Amino acid sequence: MVDFSIWDIVRNLLLALRWTVGLSLMAFIGGGAVGLALVLLRQSKSAIFNAIVSAYVQLFQGVPLLVQLFLAYYGLGLFGIDTAPWVAAGIGLTLYTSAFLCEIWRGCIASVPKGQWEASSSLALTFYEQMRYVVLPQALKIAVPPTVGFLVQVIKGTALASVIGFMELTKVGKTIANATFSPFLIFSCVALMYFVLCYPVSLYAQYLERKIHAHR
Amino acid sequence: MKIQLDFGAVLSEWPLLLTGATWTVALTLIAVALGTLLGIACAWVRGRGMGAALVPWWLKAVVTAYVELIRNTPFIVQLFFIFFGLPAAGFKLSAEAASCIAMVINLGAYAAEIIRSGLEATPKGQIEAAQSLALSGRHIFWRVVLPPALRKVWPSLVSQIIIVMLGSSVCGQISTQELSYAADLIQSRNFRSFEAFIVVGCSYLLLSLGLRHVLNWAGARFLLGRR
Repeated sequence: MVDFSIWDIVRNLLLALRWTVGLSLMAFIGGGAVGLALVLLRQSKSAIFNAIVSAYVQLFQGVPLLVQLFLAYYGLGLFGIDTAPWVAAGIGLTLYTSAFLCEIWRGCIASVPKGQWEASSSLALTFYEQMRYVVLPQALKIAVPPTVGFLVQVIKGTALASVIGFMELTKVGKTIANATFSPFLIFSCVALMYFVLCYPVSLYAQYLERKIHAHR
Repeated sequence: MKIQLDFGAVLSEWPLLLTGATWTVALTLIAVALGTLLGIACAWVRGRGMGAALVPWWLKAVVTAYVELIRNTPFIVQLFFIFFGLPAAGFKLSAEAASCIAMVINLGAYAAEIIRSGLEATPKGQIEAAQSLALSGRHIFWRVVLPPALRKVWPSLVSQIIIVMLGSSVCGQISTQELSYAADLIQSRNFRSFEAFIVVGCSYLLLSLGLRHVLNWAGARFLLGRR
């Protein structure tokens, strides 16, 4: 048994929290970029691209994130890529995030009235111009609240990176709990830290949602 | 470099996979049955105009805290808290019991929010009409308000149930013998880790597709009364 003061525990957990935040940002930014590319492919008229993207989304939404992370971890190793846990976790979470954001944004684009597409194509705008100047600005407005809401899911998702050995908040919490034999205290602290991280984001998403509905 | 995949080695361990799938389905069924009930109870407490007059303010505060706490912390931390944390406080639980409790508590919080949004969409006139027919408060809730509310939110509830089913993969981390635990066990026997997780991933995909079908069917059959 190792002697840890309360301060030692909290300090170590706070240090680990940096990795949770870092991984969340990595997944969110990377996932956002891939998701945007996917949703644009989805809007193209090509049936093949459509089918591929919807299969991709179906796949990542139907397989547990835990299994996805294991697949990324062992799969990358199989291809001879040196897999540090953070690389596998980053790639796994990025793909997971991209699938969900693609689906959320597709819904937002679909909710732009069809007349807007027709009007802009009657003005002879190209697909790119339609997207850039007519559809995306309108879709963006409704896309913000659910996207912020999904950030909470991403932050919670990073906790699963602990199972492939990434030293983020959950993993460090478990390690300290094993060393100090006070799991009740430590997992309470860990849960509290996630709550402090996620709850403001949830509240902000709710606030944005209400603001949008107030305009209608 | 040539990669050779050997699925035969994984599939020959099919009894383990079958046990795993059975546990996953069993955990999910328990979570759905009890979690939905818990969700309805919490939604009743929190919903505007439902239990508002009957419920003391502190119960409302407790339920709100429960819902927000669960919705803003990862499932794996909840599970670890129940399995590793509670025994330190005097509650000893088996891995299976801890998994069940964690899943029920988790789904309960999400279901509460989903069902509450359905309850609050009930037109006020319907409640007034039921009151004018001298129905009791309990009758009004179970017979007039709840069924249409469930019908309205059933698709969201189905999605949440599937998320919880996929989340049950985490229970393997505390040695509940569900599907992802089977994958871990198989790969520790034959070192075919990538193949094992592909097979298990496909199983989850099939389970989630199947579950969605069953729940959509059940919703249409029991909530909408179509045969």
